[in-house]
Amino acid sequence: MATAFHHSRESTSAMLNFIARRIVQLIPTLFFVSILIFSLQHLLPGDPALVMAGEERDPNVIAHIRAQYRLDQPIPVQYVYWVKGVLSGDFGESLRIKVPVLDLIKQKLPAGIVSAVKKGTAWDYGANLFALWGISRPNFWLGIMLIFLFSIELGWLPASGYVPLTENWRASLASTILPAFVLGNAIAAILMRHTRSAMLQVLESDYVRTARAKGLSERAVILKHAMRNALTPVITLGALELGTLLSGAVLTEQIFSIPGFGKLIVDAVFNRDYAVVQGVVLVTATIYITLNLIADIAYILVNPRLRA
Amino acid sequence: MTDTAIGAVPITDSEALESPARRALRRLFHRKGAVVGLIVIATFIVMAVFAPLLSPYDPIATSWTLVRKPPSALHWFGTDDLGRDIFGRVIYGARASLIAGAISVGIALLIGVPFGLLSGYRGGFIDGLISRITDAMLACPFLILAIALAAFLGPSLGNAMIAIGISTTPIFVRLTRGQVMSVKVEDYVEAARAMGNPRWRIALFHILPNIMPALLVQATLSIAAAIIAEAALSFLGLGQQPPAPSWGSMLNSAQRFLTNAPWMAVWPGLAIFLVVLSFNLVGDGLRDALDPRER
Repeated sequence: MATAFHHSRESTSAMLNFIARRIVQLIPTLFFVSILIFSLQHLLPGDPALVMAGEERDPNVIAHIRAQYRLDQPIPVQYVYWVKGVLSGDFGESLRIKVPVLDLIKQKLPAGIVSAVKKGTAWDYGANLFALWGISRPNFWLGIMLIFLFSIELGWLPASGYVPLTENWRASLASTILPAFVLGNAIAAILMRHTRSAMLQVLESDYVRTARAKGLSERAVILKHAMRNALTPVITLGALELGTLLSGAVLTEQIFSIPGFGKLIVDAVFNRDYAVVQGVVLVTATIYITLNLIADIAYILVNPRLRA
Repeated sequence: MTDTAIGAVPITDSEALESPARRALRRLFHRKGAVVGLIVIATFIVMAVFAPLLSPYDPIATSWTLVRKPPSALHWFGTDDLGRDIFGRVIYGARASLIAGAISVGIALLIGVPFGLLSGYRGGFIDGLISRITDAMLACPFLILAIALAAFLGPSLGNAMIAIGISTTPIFVRLTRGQVMSVKVEDYVEAARAMGNPRWRIALFHILPNIMPALLVQATLSIAAAIIAEAALSFLGLGQQPPAPSWGSMLNSAQRFLTNAPWMAVWPGLAIFLVVLSFNLVGDGLRDALDPRER
């Protein structure tokens, strides 16, 4: 009993150690992400002040923009200002609507992600064809065809717009079914492909054979022994697929006119709102990195062998 | 088992006498999916090259008397909101998509492979630096990074290709690095080093040829992703600029006329789907054909 307790305490501390190590590793990655995003504007040809000025060619206006956005200062100085702002939650101000970028991002995030995660996972495990279909058809085309079928031809669902859940849950559900399906079935296709191959591999392993030989029911073998191990790669891939999901959300929101995260970045691009573009990319990258960290932690929770 | 040992293959084994490239090709042609994929890709390439001969009408010629006409004997795929022939535009659109797919992946290979080689072969500080930058780029979702880059570069097909190419690069850096790490401890690399070959020579002539299969598979799958990305950027107005035809921008205008002219949305989407599916099928086929474990 005492040794068991000792053992579990040891493994808990090893696990905490691992988590702490992974969190520390996050810092350099985030640092590089911030440099990357910041330098996007500077690495690429073209003067940002000129681009922001648009049709305006008045040197005074351009000088004013340079001074306002500290574009007249050395690049490292600009970076320090930007990071200082980001760390204190200030992503700069949206050039167009004069609203702090973080507020914009906070408002849009739930609509984009919630609509994305809701559906799709319940999809039946079809054949590989489904997976191929999932990765080969453009999200936006499927979206357009579904609008045609369900909104225009059948008139069952609204073609576009987004109703918050708090306002009217029925209308909210109706407005998210199509976009959620579009996003969900692509991810489901990919995850299905991986789950299938992981499961096939696990079912051939020795311990599954042992479990069967012990006389356990097939149900217990699959759910308790095989599934748990097959899940490990699926967790990691699930987290990695979040990137696909966020990318997919950009176009899906555009098609269904959902005022989400993806539409925010597209609108910002067209309004030359670079602070918003940088902010959105930084926030998506941070979410992505954090989710991968959570996946790593979930990984060791599912598979005790990795805790050592 | 004998066929894995280089130079010790029994001459009676006819398969072992084939060059590895030949064997891979033969195995690729045994896969129905890959063959269908290759045929579809070849068809689209022919369409793109001979577009002026195949297209019955000028793809940018507008006609006010032909606005949004459904498919007919004269206009097989119908006409669009400006009276342009959709069949012709789909044919010409293949150019933008295929060129974008090939050039973006070319850019990604040209930047990614040298950095991957350097990172994997040199190790140490350079490896650490390149790997962190790669991690940072991979942390930004592919399409979002491409949109941001295209936004900063300005909307045009050329810039879209650069943006997609740069966004695809980290995949190739990481793949090359991983492959180099596993290959560089092989005996033949050790032997090349013992013979006094300079590092660049070992990297280019001993390591690179051996990681080619993995790069080829990834390049094929990346072309599929790049074609979707180009269509997405054009759909958003960040790629091919009107009136030049592109499947993505055709879908964008089709969306506005879904009620009256649904055919406008069918054909360009179907074209994207077919080409992307074909590249994915060929990529999957190549992966199996080049896998040394599956004989």
